[in-house]
Amino acid sequence: MNVTAITPQDSARAALSHDIAMRRLLIGAALALTALLVVVPLAYIFYRAFAAGWQVFAANITEPNTLHAIGLTALVAAIAVPVNIVFGLCAAWVIARFRFAGRRLLLTLIEIPFSISPIIAGICYLLLYGRQGLLGPFLMAHDIRILFALPGIVMVTMFVTAPFVVREVLPLMQAQGSEQEQAALTLGASGWQVFRLVSLPNIRWALVYGAVLCTARAVGEFGGVSVVSGSIRGQTNTLPLQIELLFNDLNMVGAFAASSVLTLIAVIALVVKSLLETRRG
Amino acid sequence: MSLAMPSLSPARRRRVLPGFGLTMGVTLTYLGIVVLIPVAALVVKGAGIGPARFWDILTAPRTLAALRLTLTAAAIATVINALYGLLMAWVLVRYQFPGKRVLDALMDIPFALPTAVAGLALSALFAGNGWYGAILEPLGIQVVYTLAGVVIAMTFTSLPFVVRTVQPVLEDLDPQIEEAARTLGAEPFTIFRRVVLPVIFPAYLTGITLSFARSLGEFGAVIFIAGNLPMKTEIASLLAVIRLEEYDYNGAAAIALVLLVIALALLAVSNLLQSRALRYKADAA
Repeated sequence: MNVTAITPQDSARAALSHDIAMRRLLIGAALALTALLVVVPLAYIFYRAFAAGWQVFAANITEPNTLHAIGLTALVAAIAVPVNIVFGLCAAWVIARFRFAGRRLLLTLIEIPFSISPIIAGICYLLLYGRQGLLGPFLMAHDIRILFALPGIVMVTMFVTAPFVVREVLPLMQAQGSEQEQAALTLGASGWQVFRLVSLPNIRWALVYGAVLCTARAVGEFGGVSVVSGSIRGQTNTLPLQIELLFNDLNMVGAFAASSVLTLIAVIALVVKSLLETRRG
Repeated sequence: MSLAMPSLSPARRRRVLPGFGLTMGVTLTYLGIVVLIPVAALVVKGAGIGPARFWDILTAPRTLAALRLTLTAAAIATVINALYGLLMAWVLVRYQFPGKRVLDALMDIPFALPTAVAGLALSALFAGNGWYGAILEPLGIQVVYTLAGVVIAMTFTSLPFVVRTVQPVLEDLDPQIEEAARTLGAEPFTIFRRVVLPVIFPAYLTGITLSFARSLGEFGAVIFIAGNLPMKTEIASLLAVIRLEEYDYNGAAAIALVLLVIALALLAVSNLLQSRALRYKADAA
């Protein structure tokens, strides 16, 4: 090797090996940090849920209060998600297909729940419907229960998930334009037919994706629901709230068993997401 | 307005598609009932407190301690996420290596995982008998029930923001520009600072703002790990909930209103940054 003169090739080689070292360092750091921050916590949930074996896991999942929480969470999602889909389609339609004053404002208002912490949403609901809330006296007089009951839980969930479907459907509707729909109208289709036969097939994957994200978010909602549900064991306790109760009871296996159900739903949502992204190319 | 050629006037063409009234009605009804009226209730309640009482609530030692803890922890978590997010965006865009797709998918986990689940997992991991706590506690590092715990919970739940805002911008940046800078003799760090950073900076700031806003609002993950000791590890939103449980609606409304105003201010900042980023992109094109 020539040590007396540094040729251009040598300095290029030095730069290259420096590059490779840098590359290894950065990839290594990225992998290590992500393992510590994301992978280990994720694995730990399943480890703790199943550490005592399948039977203990099954016994914890089928414990009546946990089972009731699973049912309630499914019911809340079964109401909130379809309503959200209808809202999302309507909002996307009106924003993508029409020009009107306040269009940008409407879009901002739809996105607001992303910026407001769910816990603040819950507090808003209590200040509106609570006993000392603005509508409290009216609701009491007419014996309408919204808080500490299903309606409050569903409404807070709808608050938190409001932007999910719109956000996926709207960009696609805007990109596709309305030529096909106008053509169908010219050919004599009714408004409903245009929507069902032209618009809906064009946006179906975005709609599925939005609905999946919306569902995952709805079943996992904690802060907002914790304020309005009252966390009554076996009555208004959703699955995330049940996790907190079990945690406070120091029943860690039960808490992790309940968590593993929600984690599984989250992982499924992510798999669906990556499948749909591959499909979209 | 011309009546002779109605089909050609833009005003007519705009309303060719049906369903404006119906879809607008559904949209406004949902938004009104689910989002706007409840938020308005908070504003009305908060405004009804009166400035003197409002000030008293906010400057009470426990409120101040909670706000200070929330802001400090969120700031530290955001710094961590700013560094981690930039590293991840760079590695995911610029390098090819086995497992890259999985690593990319893992970035979405903190958003997909319910916050209560994240809080449970982190608090158990860092507890004395958990995998991390068993290593850290003998070294004298206590995470659970301290500021560090709050920071870790906030870091985890807002992890994806910086990565996901910087990644697409970095993908659009042509590596040949960096090649050119290198050929002209620039050091790697100089290239990053002078070529890459200016392009990704608006997106980077947006991600940082979103990350900070999310950390300020995080509740579920934090309350599991923080221990929630008044004056020490009690976050502001939890204090608002405690005030509600004490039927101190004014106290709750005042704290919640402050958090709402901060959140909306941060939203305005991120919208501003995003529109500047778009303008930058339009200028470059």
